[in-house]
Amino acid sequence: MSVSHQQSPRGPARTAPLPEPQRPSEQAGLSEPERGRTRLLTGWGRTAPTGARVHRPRTVEEAVAAVDAVRERGARGSIPRGLGRAYGDAAQNAGGTVLDATGLDRIRAIDLEASTVTCEAGVSLHRLMEVLLPLGRFVPVTPGTRYVTVGGAVGADIHGKNHHVSGSFSRHVVSLELLTADGRVRTLAPGDPLFDATAGGMGLTGLVLSVTLRLLPVETSWMTVDTERLPDLDTLLSRMTESDHRYRYSVAWIDLLARGPAAGRAVLTRGDHAPPAALPRHARRAPLAFRPPRLPPAPRGLPSGLLRTSTVGAFNRLWYHKAPRSRTGEPQRLASFFHPLDGVGHWNRIYGSAGFVQWQCVVGHEHDDALRRIVQRISRRSCPSFLAVLKRFGAADPGWLSFPRPGWTLALDLPAGLPGLGAFLDTLDEEVAAVQGRLYLAKDARMRPELLPVMYPELERFRALRAELDPHGVFTSDLARRLGI
Amino acid sequence: MKDAFGTPQSLLVLGGTSEIALATVRRLLTRRTRTVWLAGRPSPRLDEAAEQLRARAAEQGAEARVHTVPFDALAPDDHEEVLGKVFAEGDIDLVLLAFGVLGDQQRDEADPRAAERLARTNYAGAVSSSLVCARALRTQGHGSLVVLSSVAAERPRRANFLYGSSKAGLDAFAHGLGDALHGTGVHVLVVRPGFVATRMTEGMEPAPFATTPEAVAEAVAHGVRRRARTVWVPGVLRPVMSVLRHLPHAVFRRLPG
Repeated sequence: MSVSHQQSPRGPARTAPLPEPQRPSEQAGLSEPERGRTRLLTGWGRTAPTGARVHRPRTVEEAVAAVDAVRERGARGSIPRGLGRAYGDAAQNAGGTVLDATGLDRIRAIDLEASTVTCEAGVSLHRLMEVLLPLGRFVPVTPGTRYVTVGGAVGADIHGKNHHVSGSFSRHVVSLELLTADGRVRTLAPGDPLFDATAGGMGLTGLVLSVTLRLLPVETSWMTVDTERLPDLDTLLSRMTESDHRYRYSVAWIDLLARGPAAGRAVLTRGDHAPPAALPRHARRAPLAFRPPRLPPAPRGLPSGLLRTSTVGAFNRLWYHKAPRSRTGEPQRLASFFHPLDGVGHWNRIYGSAGFVQWQCVVGHEHDDALRRIVQRISRRSCPSFLAVLKRFGAADPGWLSFPRPGWTLALDLPAGLPGLGAFLDTLDEEVAAVQGRLYLAKDARMRPELLPVMYPELERFRALRAELDPHGVFTSDLARRLGI
Repeated sequence: MKDAFGTPQSLLVLGGTSEIALATVRRLLTRRTRTVWLAGRPSPRLDEAAEQLRARAAEQGAEARVHTVPFDALAPDDHEEVLGKVFAEGDIDLVLLAFGVLGDQQRDEADPRAAERLARTNYAGAVSSSLVCARALRTQGHGSLVVLSSVAAERPRRANFLYGSSKAGLDAFAHGLGDALHGTGVHVLVVRPGFVATRMTEGMEPAPFATTPEAVAEAVAHGVRRRARTVWVPGVLRPVMSVLRHLPHAVFRRLPG
């Protein structure tokens, strides 16, 4: 489709002058891509797709040129994107530019003595593990998937099962290079206001180019794991409170479909990196080997109704009952302990075309009553949520918009097609906001903008810094537009 | 921006006094709504519609601002400017193209100028204003364009082929537009309601499967959430019209109504 005046090259020359073209945009057809490649992007939850031009710089120079081009173009800005694992619209920028950082994929230096690695922002944690584990080093913090980039890990200031001991990802960052809206590359260290705004800043302060990260020495690529089954939420909370500190890693999986007295029954798994002596005999020859299993990916085009209360309920019952009542010292491969879902590529497809939302909140330790009410509400409504996860956070992190704060964090996945889900999640948000808890921006795709300043008291400071650093909105995203960040 | 459930924060209605449109806005109005634009010919009715929506928004605790903007489907020369101003104020998450006239088949058959005017309103005016909106949505990289078509578009009938043909043209246009915008982030939803009991159909004998503005509103909300291409209201009209479409002509012509 084109509205431009076209002249046949073989046609007779026209004597009358062609009308002056009015504006370039009026000459292009509707589906004609403008400069760069227009792509439809969503987050991992596959909801709310929007179109953006995607640039994939391969070097620092190309990244600087891309940001310069965005600044000159003026409208609609740009946002960095890594492997697209944020669930909502954090790495989308409708009508603007998305800077695909996965082309910045070099590991620049590994210092075994200082136990640090310096790598570009597009390097994934998976790649780091492949390279570092044989050297006896591990990433200091890993979320439930290895397929996140280092830049994304800083932007969302991710946490893992060890938050109660080790804090968030950015606490292990020694320094980072940030490309800001003015085209400058700045080297930042913790304590610098711009560093603390960037940690958890969802890419809105600029494009992280490289990161120097402190690593954790490990002797094997195995874990020793204690597993126990707990019959209800109260038992779980007290168990975690009294003994989480004895483990480096701890997480509980909760059955939110169990009702009545069993509401909140859970399988608690806790562990630490295994010493060589704890390994099974067949693994002792190559204790640092890292060969995570790959199953076939989930197929495309699955229907939206697969995960319903009946199927998820059956799955949850099975999962709970197949877990040992109590087992200690079990050796587990690192990947199956940390990243059980990474074996199945594109597992987000099982929710079908309607996609899914993840809801993750944190409420203070002193507000476990709010947590109980939230679990009760979800259980009473019979939300088909499998893989609801509960974890105990340690001290708050310095990032202004970092999610973790001391307390309980609950995360659950729900099919986006559930009728009335939006209003229901709004009521859960109110519970969270009422006790000064917060929602995780890397997961959000639907919260009410009004709650953001309540949940993130440093928001004003963040806005002020952004207004000064980037007055023309060179960096912005769908998330920022939706929530008015 | 729309959220994961397709809830819009800003709405633009072309044909701001349409009952179906206002029912749809009421249905879509939530605490997340920031802006509503009602575009239409300036009239007390348009102002009244805006006032009612303001009251409705206040009831829900929404901070929505409701504006009216002068817009005439029959003045395509102004569409670019009028609608351009609206988009310049900020992103629009959902555009609802709801204007249209039913006409009077008997009278219009005898008055070609009136028939031509109907065609210009329902088809040409809609084409012009949708293209303006489509381009703006394309530039912002997101948004839904909801076009009110009609079951009458499916197969023209003796009793209302003037109206039916204008909607048939619009329907084909809107589906094509949806294809042209595929992959850009912009979504086009074509709504095909049956007989809807409104001011426009007042005094007419309700056809089978008659429906209400509220039912159309619900179907629009659902279609936007699912990012559907076409919705029928009520849904049963889809199989019904599928049968009617394939009826032999001799039989179809003799159907009552």
